[in-house]
Amino acid sequence: MTSREELLAATFVDLADTLVADFDVIDFLHTLATRSVELLDADAAGIMLADHDGGLHVMASSAEEARLLELYELQNNEGPCLDCFRSGRPVARDDLPAMRSSWPAFTEQLQLLGFHSAQALPMRLREETIGALNLFRLEPGRLGEADLGIGQAMADVATVGLIQERSLAASELLATQLQTALTSRVRLEQAKGMLAERTGLPMDQAFRLMRDFARGRGRRLSDVAAHIIDGSIDDSLLRRRSRKGTGTRPQT
Amino acid sequence: MRSPRVAEILSVIADGGGERAALPARLCAVCLSALPVSGVGVALMTVDGPSGVVLAATDERARQLEELQFALGEGPCVEASGGGRPVLEPDLVVAGSPRWPRFGAAVLDAGVHAIFAFPLHVGAVRVGVLDLYRDSAGRLTGPDLVEALAFADAATVVVLNLQNHDGVEDTPSALIEPIDGRAVVHQATGMIAIQLGITLAEALLRLRAHAYAAGRKVSGIAADVVDRRLRFDDGEPGITTQRDRRERP
Repeated sequence: MTSREELLAATFVDLADTLVADFDVIDFLHTLATRSVELLDADAAGIMLADHDGGLHVMASSAEEARLLELYELQNNEGPCLDCFRSGRPVARDDLPAMRSSWPAFTEQLQLLGFHSAQALPMRLREETIGALNLFRLEPGRLGEADLGIGQAMADVATVGLIQERSLAASELLATQLQTALTSRVRLEQAKGMLAERTGLPMDQAFRLMRDFARGRGRRLSDVAAHIIDGSIDDSLLRRRSRKGTGTRPQT
Repeated sequence: MRSPRVAEILSVIADGGGERAALPARLCAVCLSALPVSGVGVALMTVDGPSGVVLAATDERARQLEELQFALGEGPCVEASGGGRPVLEPDLVVAGSPRWPRFGAAVLDAGVHAIFAFPLHVGAVRVGVLDLYRDSAGRLTGPDLVEALAFADAATVVVLNLQNHDGVEDTPSALIEPIDGRAVVHQATGMIAIQLGITLAEALLRLRAHAYAAGRKVSGIAADVVDRRLRFDDGEPGITTQRDRRERP
């Protein structure tokens, strides 16, 4: 197998493996976002999930730009991800003029951040759409059919993984799993704020510190967030590790 | 958290006016009438688990079931709060005893056959649990579950506002707002907690109270905090800071 095929196979195993005892929704969604960028002809990826009222939340992204674009979509109520979530179908456009006519404000923001293409794939199980996977490209033009197919397969496996738990009925699955995911997401933001305040770093760099620390130690992002909140991880430890390991520039 | 239904529930229970300490009981009563259940209770939780305080219950049995869980240290509300997710047990005859050996037996003796527990959480801020009891077995339908989650969101606001918070005015109109779920609000909560050396729960209250006092949106104040245009530790904490006064005369 080529290294891409190996990574693809490993990704499907990872995305299907949600019944393990220490399953963590946020880590899981970050895996989906980062692997999408590694495996597909995309430069950034983001995932939105809906809560019990159908309100969408940005849950994970491969890069800060993807997160900003998704937030922008939510604020302006316009963009491929929203169309995708509402229709339950993949959404893509051939070129920038076509994107501009569908989503004028979103396309402008997209270009401001250096991207020239955006598409969204539904995260769907039977009739229920629970969210969308968004793929952003620096180059103009839609993602190729083969890549869209692989991306959809990843989104499908992730969706099944996310809402599987054998003893519960479907609506209960969605309610309990998404509730857990939203709680983890909120805790992550609270931890980011605490770390940003303690270190004087901007929010995105505070997040990078947490993420690099979690990766470097093989720990779950949610656990690192919880330990930042309860004070059991020393901030200087996070910063020391980051200077050495990843070249993140701490600012004061 | 920004659901219109949550805002609606909050305005219904706040409509009667009066003390905010009466709100949990009103919430339980409205919840009981809106859902096919036999009893409703709201209990306080802390990061360490059950606090032993039942804030409100629709009847004596609901209150006793809450207290029993604290006494035994097991049961759906303990599990819901610890796990941060709803615990739905539609048939206690089948599943109650294996899951909670002592509580399962006691709850059946009391004639309760189904129990649904919802954690009242804002991320790491744990304030309590909403418990729904029913005399007959059976699942909550999808729409009922959505309704129950809306009541849990409303209960989170009500219980959060009962927490001890010095320096925050008791303003009923500030109480009835659903919690703004935007990332920036939670980030600012974390920053304020560090600035003032207070808990996340208190920080969230200060943030909301500040927005209310300034007549601005919570997310707007939060953005000022995250962008470091506003600090909570250089003036009257949580109401109006000196810097804020200078910037917004």
